[in-house]
Amino acid sequence: MWGILGRRAVVNGGISASSLRSRVRSSSVSARSYAAAGSKEMTVRDALNSAIDEEMSADPKVFVMGEEVGQYQGAYKITKGLLEKYGPERVYDTPITEAGFTGIGVGAAYAGLKPVVEFMTFNFSMQAIDHIINSAAKSNYMSAGQINVPIVFRGPNGAAAGVGAQHSQCYAAWYASVPGLKVLAPYSAEDARGLLKAAIRDPDPVVFLENELLYGESFPISEEALDSSFCLPIGKAKIEREGKDVTITTFSKMVGFALKAAEKLAEEGISAEVINLRSIRPLDRATINASVRKTSRLVTVEEGFPQHGVCAEICASVVEESFSYLDAPVERIAGADVPMPYAANLERLALPQVEDIVRAAKRACFRSK
Amino acid sequence: MALSRLTSRSNGISRPLSTAFGRFISTDTTPITIETSLPFTAHLCDPPSRSVESSTQELLDFFRTMALMRRMEIAADSLYKAKLIRGFCHLYDGQEAVAIGMEAVITKKDAIITAYRDHCIFLGRGGSLYEVFAELMGRQDGCSKGKGGSMHFYKKDSSFYGGHGIVGAQVPLGCGIAFAQKYVKEEAVTFAMYGDGAANQGQLFEALNISALWDLPSILVCENNHYGMGTAEWRAAKSPSYYKRGDYVPGLKVDGMDAFAVKQACKFAKEHALKNGPIILEMDTYRYHGHSMSDPGSTYRTRDEISGVRQERDPIERIKKLVLSHDLATEKELKDMEKEIRKEVDDAIAKAKDCSMPEPSELFTNVYVKGFGTKSFGADRKEVKAALP
Repeated sequence: MWGILGRRAVVNGGISASSLRSRVRSSSVSARSYAAAGSKEMTVRDALNSAIDEEMSADPKVFVMGEEVGQYQGAYKITKGLLEKYGPERVYDTPITEAGFTGIGVGAAYAGLKPVVEFMTFNFSMQAIDHIINSAAKSNYMSAGQINVPIVFRGPNGAAAGVGAQHSQCYAAWYASVPGLKVLAPYSAEDARGLLKAAIRDPDPVVFLENELLYGESFPISEEALDSSFCLPIGKAKIEREGKDVTITTFSKMVGFALKAAEKLAEEGISAEVINLRSIRPLDRATINASVRKTSRLVTVEEGFPQHGVCAEICASVVEESFSYLDAPVERIAGADVPMPYAANLERLALPQVEDIVRAAKRACFRSK
Repeated sequence: MALSRLTSRSNGISRPLSTAFGRFISTDTTPITIETSLPFTAHLCDPPSRSVESSTQELLDFFRTMALMRRMEIAADSLYKAKLIRGFCHLYDGQEAVAIGMEAVITKKDAIITAYRDHCIFLGRGGSLYEVFAELMGRQDGCSKGKGGSMHFYKKDSSFYGGHGIVGAQVPLGCGIAFAQKYVKEEAVTFAMYGDGAANQGQLFEALNISALWDLPSILVCENNHYGMGTAEWRAAKSPSYYKRGDYVPGLKVDGMDAFAVKQACKFAKEHALKNGPIILEMDTYRYHGHSMSDPGSTYRTRDEISGVRQERDPIERIKKLVLSHDLATEKELKDMEKEIRKEVDDAIAKAKDCSMPEPSELFTNVYVKGFGTKSFGADRKEVKAALP
């Protein structure tokens, strides 16, 4: 059994963008590696696993619950090794009954425990959505502070590859519209660690939207991020790449696409600022607006359905708060307004691609028709 | 000895109000044995005895508290008609024996969770009349500071977890509380209460399955008042034997209009749940009011049925007869008690009417425990903004 700690090699050095002596870490499931000179790397999977492990170690009230999280080692291996390490009184395999086990998780949180409830994908969270919203999100308010709900609902969100309409929906907009919830969406391994640790420690219900296709990706990770006390602030976006011509905001897997788009745009002389939202609710309107006030142009990107999406909220916020700074209409790049098709070509058409982001950025810069 | 355990437990119950009643609310713990009016019907277990240990103190306590609950609900009816209570108001009159019998055998570490017919459960858990009426009228001294309303009463320090508006949701939540009790090795149980309407909910069976698998100390209490809103039980459930619906989970059918039967059943259930996991209690009870204040309650049942139950099975009348037959009080003394109760309720209402509504700034409090200073908005976001603390 692979030890969790064994995957992190101990190497000195900071993170640098150029890689002269790139160290290829033998991460077995990593498709792409942001190897940099003398830096540590970690897959998102390991980042999440280590975050849960550390928080379980630090607080006996934290426990994990979900389908296949224990003996199966996790449907996506995120909870690998936890049952062996902490035992069946901390890691619970549930039957396939989301409404029931989510309600039980929320009830446990009412009584002071700190559950980490896994949905095998967020598509199945719809079976439990009443508990997430009516039992968890609203309780602190309805009880005027008597009943708080320190629970984390986590799991893969959005499209995977070829899983069809019922298994590909992005729930960011749905959950982020609800007051009382916090909604986080990590991109990198550092995001995954810092945000999940923050979520588990948070006294409010947190919806933690991961991405299946990112689990195997490796990212450089700093010493600081590897420390067990590491935590990222909730409600703060990260500027992944600074720029001055156009602001691109996005979250989760699309951050990678936006960064690639920024590279392509740079070749054409357009300097794009890429903002990784990290937190969908609370939304970091301040960072987004400050960026748009600098660049005067906005392209907002998400994978989910376009109508009433996260992008719509960002556009509204920017138009309301930074109208006179805009030099171009706001642009939205989102998933297609159709249920996710299966055929590979149609699926590709249904999801934002790098060229879509590039095209929209050029439109915002009046460089295309 | 069983009796001293009983009395020490009843000393542990915090009474909703303290009054001076001379010889009644004294420390008179003369034991009395009461027979339940009906036998228990059991499923997958041996029913408890029909002989219930009680005391003079308890008998008088039962009468007083149930009479208080009754008066409170009737007063709420008037307040609703006077438009001082808005929205939903689900009244419990007729079902008082369930609340009182349960409280008699549990501690404040045992948890209760119920649906929206929660005023009397809250009172039984130690809430005050003032908090009830203030909350019903949306005032800041309400138990939820006016932000919850009739369906959202909570009292965490007495392990009362609400007060839930979504039918059936409280059952998995209750099993979750039981999970937590087992997790921290509390030696306490959770009573998850629901109605005959909620008994058909899928999530109930999901929660029961997990409770049985993981041996959670959850006691599912079906308050079968025979109507799910306007739908009679025979129209909603193929099998209205709710105490048997747990299949592999034991159950007990109890006369819910008999506070002593309820007490005995809850005592039995607590012992069972601590050792063997979940159990279902079906309380055969009745509500005099309609489902809520918007429901007259007479379009789907006859007035004869309602008055029949009131005459034959009223839980307070039953206790009153016991008090009189055991010579614990005279008719006049009980009438005086009722007058006192009426005054208590009226005083609480008057005080609650005087209480102010919450400050406008309360609109934005308690959204989160930790708001990080996030901005929140009113209807006109350029006009009304707040930073969540």
